[in-house]
Amino acid sequence: MGLKQLRIFKYFSFIIFSLIIINSTFVIAQDGADSTALEVVDSLTLELQPQPATNITAKDTPNDEGGSIIVSWNLSADDYAGGKVTQYKVFRAMLTDGKVGEFEQVGENTAGAESFQDGNVDNDFQYVYKVQAINSFYDENAELKEFFSESKISKPVSSSPQWFKMYTINTLIGVVLLCFFIIFYINQASKGKKLFIRKLAGMEAVHEAVGRATEMGRKIFYVSGLGDMDNMQTIASMTILGRVSELAAEYDTYLDVPVCRSLVMVTAKEVVKGAYSKAGRPDSFQEDQVHYVTDDQFGYAAAVDGMFVREKPATIFFMGQFFAESLILAETGNSIGAIQIAGTAMPSQLPFFVAACDYTLIGEELFAASSYLSKEPKLLGSLKGQDIGKGVILVALIIGVILETFNIWNFSSLFSVID
Amino acid sequence: MRREVPLFITAIVGISFVIQYFIPHPPFSNLSDWFSDWFSIIQACAIVLGALNLMKISFLKVKDKKPDWGYAAVIIVSFLFITIIGLSEGEGFRLPGTKFDWIYNFIFIPLSATMFSILAFFVASASYRAFRARNFEATLLLIAAFFVMLGRVPIGDLLVWFMPEGYQLSNLASWVMNVPQAAGQRAIMIGIGLGVVSTSLRVILGIERSHIGGGE
Amino acid sequence: MSTKVKEILAVVAITIFCLVFYIGKINGWETIEFSFTVSMIVISLLVLSLVWILILTIKGNLIERRIVFLFVGIAVTLPLFMGISQKISSSPEVVSLYESVDALPAGSKVLISFDYDPPSAPELQPMAEAFIQLCFEKNLKVITMGLWPQGPQQANLAFEKVFSSEKLKGRKFEYGVDYVNLGFQTGNEFVVQRMGSSFKSMFPTDYVGNAYNDLPLVKNIKNFSNIDYCFNLSAGFPGTVEWIQIGVDRFGVLLGAGNTAVQAPQIYPYLNAGQLTGLLGGMNGAAEFEKLTEIPGKGTKFMLSQSFSHMVVIAFVLIGNVAFFMSGRKSMLEGNEE
Repeated sequence: MGLKQLRIFKYFSFIIFSLIIINSTFVIAQDGADSTALEVVDSLTLELQPQPATNITAKDTPNDEGGSIIVSWNLSADDYAGGKVTQYKVFRAMLTDGKVGEFEQVGENTAGAESFQDGNVDNDFQYVYKVQAINSFYDENAELKEFFSESKISKPVSSSPQWFKMYTINTLIGVVLLCFFIIFYINQASKGKKLFIRKLAGMEAVHEAVGRATEMGRKIFYVSGLGDMDNMQTIASMTILGRVSELAAEYDTYLDVPVCRSLVMVTAKEVVKGAYSKAGRPDSFQEDQVHYVTDDQFGYAAAVDGMFVREKPATIFFMGQFFAESLILAETGNSIGAIQIAGTAMPSQLPFFVAACDYTLIGEELFAASSYLSKEPKLLGSLKGQDIGKGVILVALIIGVILETFNIWNFSSLFSVID
Repeated sequence: MRREVPLFITAIVGISFVIQYFIPHPPFSNLSDWFSDWFSIIQACAIVLGALNLMKISFLKVKDKKPDWGYAAVIIVSFLFITIIGLSEGEGFRLPGTKFDWIYNFIFIPLSATMFSILAFFVASASYRAFRARNFEATLLLIAAFFVMLGRVPIGDLLVWFMPEGYQLSNLASWVMNVPQAAGQRAIMIGIGLGVVSTSLRVILGIERSHIGGGE
Repeated sequence: MSTKVKEILAVVAITIFCLVFYIGKINGWETIEFSFTVSMIVISLLVLSLVWILILTIKGNLIERRIVFLFVGIAVTLPLFMGISQKISSSPEVVSLYESVDALPAGSKVLISFDYDPPSAPELQPMAEAFIQLCFEKNLKVITMGLWPQGPQQANLAFEKVFSSEKLKGRKFEYGVDYVNLGFQTGNEFVVQRMGSSFKSMFPTDYVGNAYNDLPLVKNIKNFSNIDYCFNLSAGFPGTVEWIQIGVDRFGVLLGAGNTAVQAPQIYPYLNAGQLTGLLGGMNGAAEFEKLTEIPGKGTKFMLSQSFSHMVVIAFVLIGNVAFFMSGRKSMLEGNEE
């Protein structure tokens, strides 16, 4: 290399070296500037970032059909009134071949909450959870800012279905006991044992009521209430309708059954038809006797009231599930001078029927009425079993009241059914 | 078969509903949902039966000019009118601004409200007729009714302005509602609950059959 | 004058009365309000006429039920024109409900079930409006649904009323973020049962057709475990009893209830057993809740009518008993003479 080339090389090297030095200085200066900016941002973040939630545990939800995991945690140290924590977000990741997958948010809860139920899991997989304690607020530009801290990841957990809801064990014992009493006394009655049943004034008056309608040459109305066939009161009403229809068929008195539900119409038709056949009067049955009016509560009340006022029946039966229309129907029946026999298991409507009707079956008397009218041993046996069950409850009540008077609560807690 | 099949279905469905309350494990947990869905479907389809029955009876009444056939004519005309209006409006027939919505807001709701309002008058006439102090229990009931009726309105406290705070008619009414009234309600509800269990058991086991007609 | 003529005259008078008010409403007439003096005169006339009926009864002239109806009608209608205010106290069950809502932190999710129809709205709608307003004032999230077909419409009416209130003026509420109306679902108590496992299965879309997963407020709500509080407004079946039997007993829901005055007595056992956090019973309950929340509404306004009608019913019960004792004494005297 000649002297000239060497000089050119030296100049180039110097320029390049200088450039490198300048660049480095600039970068360092920039880094320095950035690191200064970073130092400022970090301290702000630290100030606004809440303490993380601790002690994250995840367990299978007990007493369920699977597919659900309960995540619990201890509150963040900054979770208090006026504290930094505004909410918690729950994240879940699936475990595949022992490796943790990507976390996704599955829910959130307000500050103060210590658990979250994740109901969207698959029983065949294992999951891990983590919880973020969030401090969210709107800054001076009305922009939402969020600062968070994450908890440790929980141990892996999977969900599974259980075969029995443990908290229902007391209910199971009660049901088994009651069923045992009922079946036992049905059995006893089938063997011919005489069972006493007290008089039900309302049911004693059925013959008199039907006879009155026959003498006056007027109709009998049977109103089965607003319930559908999935309601026990309506089923009880249908059983009583069967007995009343049989009597009406024997006395050859017209029985009008306006109903509020289509399924009840279908059932009532079969019941009345069967009763007329049983009474030996199948030809007396008319299809129009049982007719649908409307599903609407007050439309039904208005229609039936109109029938009462125009046709002036001598006897009216109100048996089933009633609501606000009970007094409207009963008062109208009273105003036309009909004899009225009512029965309902709606405690709120009982006072209205008692005030406006001649006879009222109160609560369980409605369910006993069918047995009472038929006098069948098996049905009477079930009433006896029911009464024994009531006796057991009464004894438990007395024991519970005495114990609680002396501040002993263990006995009454046996009857708790809330999980 | 006509009686055996319904009894069998009743038994299966009844027992399934009892079991699913205690056993959450599939398939029991799905059983109640499945049967509930079926009941909703059957209930919805059965409405057609009822409507057809209503129309049939009303048409026959009008055709044969039976007594009060005018009311049957009103039923037919209003039923067809509202059905046609609703169908002509398509899927959004319940949305605000439609003719169906107008009929609902300005005809159906005032009519329902009128029928419900009749209760106020009937309560007064029933009370006037029935609340008589015939015997000791009836007198007790009457006195309790007075206290509750007065205590549940502000005028009650005005009438006993001289009584200290906590000893007014509203407090007495609250005590009557929370203690003796609640006790009576509880007793009736326990009895009803037992009656429901007993009747349900009889129906599930097929001992009670009169609700499916056709005799024993 | 025959009864038929009297009936026709009564119907004509009521029709004219209603027409006058309707025309007045259309033409924007000012609402009539009696002064205190006029109100007192009206009350005195009412009392005097009741005393006169009592005197007639003692003399042996029994009144018929139509007179009872007339007085009830007057007792309900006239107080609407009176500007008299009443002191409203707070029952423990209403205070308990208020405190349980007050204890909820901001952001909590509240589910309100509208289980009533327009005929029950005079009692339950004021409760709904006061409750929803309280929720928004406390920055709670509100989700509404209905087990009765007209329930969601009542919910919409309540939202409209609440958004126009003075206390919430200037605040914006976004549908889908701050509140959602899930609509009606058929199935009665089975709906509550199914919601225990999945809300989405019962409400795949909301009231106006938005998909469940498109609504930020509800998309992460799987079932009752993600709800902080439930409030049920009920006029019958399905209603509070079903919510308690399934929602509270099976799924551990925290529940408050508002019921019509007829149904409320039936719910007290559940309240005393701790299955309800509080209870609003009838218009009285609505007025008490409005007072606690300082949101005066129709509940407070109509309590005067309720007070008057209660007094009229009590008066007629007393008159009826006087008639009963008079007839008993008369037959006793006749028996003695014989």
